[in-house]
Amino acid sequence: MGFLENLINGVSLGSVYAIIALGYTMVYGIARMLNFAHGDVIMVGGYVSFVIASSMGLNPLFGILVAVIVCTALGITIEKVAYKPLRQSASLTVLITAIGVSYLLQNTALLIWGANPKVYTSVVAGWPQLQLFDGQLIISAETVVTICACAVIMIAMVTFIHRTKIGKAMRAVSEDPGAARLMGINVDSTISITFAIGSGLAAIAGVLLCSSYPTLMPTTGAMPGIKAFTAAVFGGIGSIPGAVLGGILLGIIEIFAKAYIGTQFSDAIVFAVLIIVLLIKPSGLLGKYVPEKV
Amino acid sequence: MSFTSLSRRGFLQAMGIAGTAGALTLAGCGSAPAQTEGTDSAEGGATTGAAYKLGGIGPTTGAAAIYGSACQNAIEIAVEEINAEGGAVTFEQQFEDDAHDATQSVNAFNTLKDWGMQVLVGTTTTAPAIAVSEEANKDNIFMLTPSASSTDVIGGQADADGNVTIQRKGNVFQMCFTDPNQGTASAKYIADNKLGTKIGVIYNNSDAYSTGIYNKFDEEAKSLGLDIVTVQTFTDDNATDFSVQVNACRDAGAEVVFLPIYYTPASLILTYANQIGYKPIFFGVDGMDGILSLEGFDTSLAEGVMLLTPFSADAKDDKTQAFVTAYKNKTGDTPNQFAADAYDCVYAVKAALEQGECTPDMSASEICDKLVKVFTDPTFEFSGLTGETMTWQDTGEVSKDPRAVIIQGGEYVSPENATDAASE
Repeated sequence: MGFLENLINGVSLGSVYAIIALGYTMVYGIARMLNFAHGDVIMVGGYVSFVIASSMGLNPLFGILVAVIVCTALGITIEKVAYKPLRQSASLTVLITAIGVSYLLQNTALLIWGANPKVYTSVVAGWPQLQLFDGQLIISAETVVTICACAVIMIAMVTFIHRTKIGKAMRAVSEDPGAARLMGINVDSTISITFAIGSGLAAIAGVLLCSSYPTLMPTTGAMPGIKAFTAAVFGGIGSIPGAVLGGILLGIIEIFAKAYIGTQFSDAIVFAVLIIVLLIKPSGLLGKYVPEKV
Repeated sequence: MSFTSLSRRGFLQAMGIAGTAGALTLAGCGSAPAQTEGTDSAEGGATTGAAYKLGGIGPTTGAAAIYGSACQNAIEIAVEEINAEGGAVTFEQQFEDDAHDATQSVNAFNTLKDWGMQVLVGTTTTAPAIAVSEEANKDNIFMLTPSASSTDVIGGQADADGNVTIQRKGNVFQMCFTDPNQGTASAKYIADNKLGTKIGVIYNNSDAYSTGIYNKFDEEAKSLGLDIVTVQTFTDDNATDFSVQVNACRDAGAEVVFLPIYYTPASLILTYANQIGYKPIFFGVDGMDGILSLEGFDTSLAEGVMLLTPFSADAKDDKTQAFVTAYKNKTGDTPNQFAADAYDCVYAVKAALEQGECTPDMSASEICDKLVKVFTDPTFEFSGLTGETMTWQDTGEVSKDPRAVIIQGGEYVSPENATDAASE
């Protein structure tokens, strides 16, 4: 029973990592840049839905909608102001800018909402939790919703990228931005759309992260963001199913490491596993190995 | 109180600051503390030439901003009150932000020194306080920290092996309990009041504050015959999911779960415990203070939680009520114990300045010598918000009575006033 309980807690934590990792992998897969500010867009999504649902007392679902709109707009703005002018620069420059944006968002949130942590009311508060084996095993409604959301978003994204015209443009930009431009694809707007979608996903991830682990601070997105980035690399960055697989595995490994090896080492073990996976399979679990042509 | 985390951001920040720190510190060295009277008026202070220059340091930005801001507000309130009285002692005060970073804190200290600081109330958090207390000791500037509770701040304490690694910094004193004292007091309280014999512990092993309390608690609990059935840890970077730790306490049959941690992770622990229907007595220390003012927190989750705290904003005495009202008028928030400690610091310094017959034209070093003499004088007693008839020892530690409160119906209640139903 202890094993099953840990497994469920692992999947529950992992599904949160997975949903954040989806945004990372999407932006990296297409724009080839690591958007380190992703974790902080998640935090903004959490705060916006908190303001709508808890402070203003409106319907939490409306809160999610507003959060998605605000984060999408925020994502487009960040891209326009901070990343687009640097599109021709070295990738390191953009990476440093992303870290700058991350700080900017954290400190702006600190100014607006203050340093005091807030407790987030789950969007599915009051929904029944699943009870198995006479209540010995409890699966919270948040976990069920997060896993479902992961699956839906994953399928929707894969379909979108493979079945629509914009998706086709995205794949083209991802493969070779230069050639895509020659073929008449607007590379800039394609990348902007990618950011818009990634940031919209961040809002949903923020709502689900805060529903499962209900404290909200300006730094809330930072550590889960890094773990989710790890998950995306683990699963194969750029691969959408890889992000989900990586996230869930990372969550399970983290919980098992805590439960069976000791709480003191769990992070060390998580990252040791990552190193081993990357040594054996450098492109991650589901990543494609693309040899560099010289 | 200590906050440490070495995440990617923390690391980058540290690197960035380390780069500029050298230059700033060097720049600070050349200029001797200015003692000219009536220099530029400082924010919120009196501008008369005969005022003492009181410096404060604490994080007003960053993850620990809540603590520094509380201290800053409380110091301002205390200084305004004292200046309004117009007695022999008036203050001019300046507060510097250190973002809970040791390097920035030393820079803040140098800034205040250049300004002409004569007494330091700070720093607020432990890690910066350890660094700043070294400087304050070197420069012989009197330092009274409201809330940096590690023994490394005052120095001179033997570690588990009996070695004194940090020498006593003779001019550094604390208003709060030291971490070990909280651990010892908690174990004694649990044993004396027979709250339970099977104890589970969840502490933050990446945090000096939490670890310090746990170590002493462990020692004391063993000598009192309490059975620590499980010890679980987490780190700042891993403070999201507590399912494993809470499950372990439940599976080990812990009747009391000791949480020497801050209230933010504690709120997650209480939430998860409630979800799985586990109801031991949760016992916290001063870091737990503030859990009820968490915006959006369902206070019924904290029902029956006990904690040791020197200050409760709900206390009915006039002194507390007046302070709470003043603080609410100024900030709109209820003050926490950090604010109360900082407020007491200013008044304790005032009382000591009077007793030591200091004058504002003395140098920081002269004032420091006099204040140290007063503070270590057994007849010097101070009564404030966080305790009655407090005294200080040569070690820099304060002696005051720890007080336990139990949370009932979303309020702090003294255990003797608590209704039995809720304490089960």
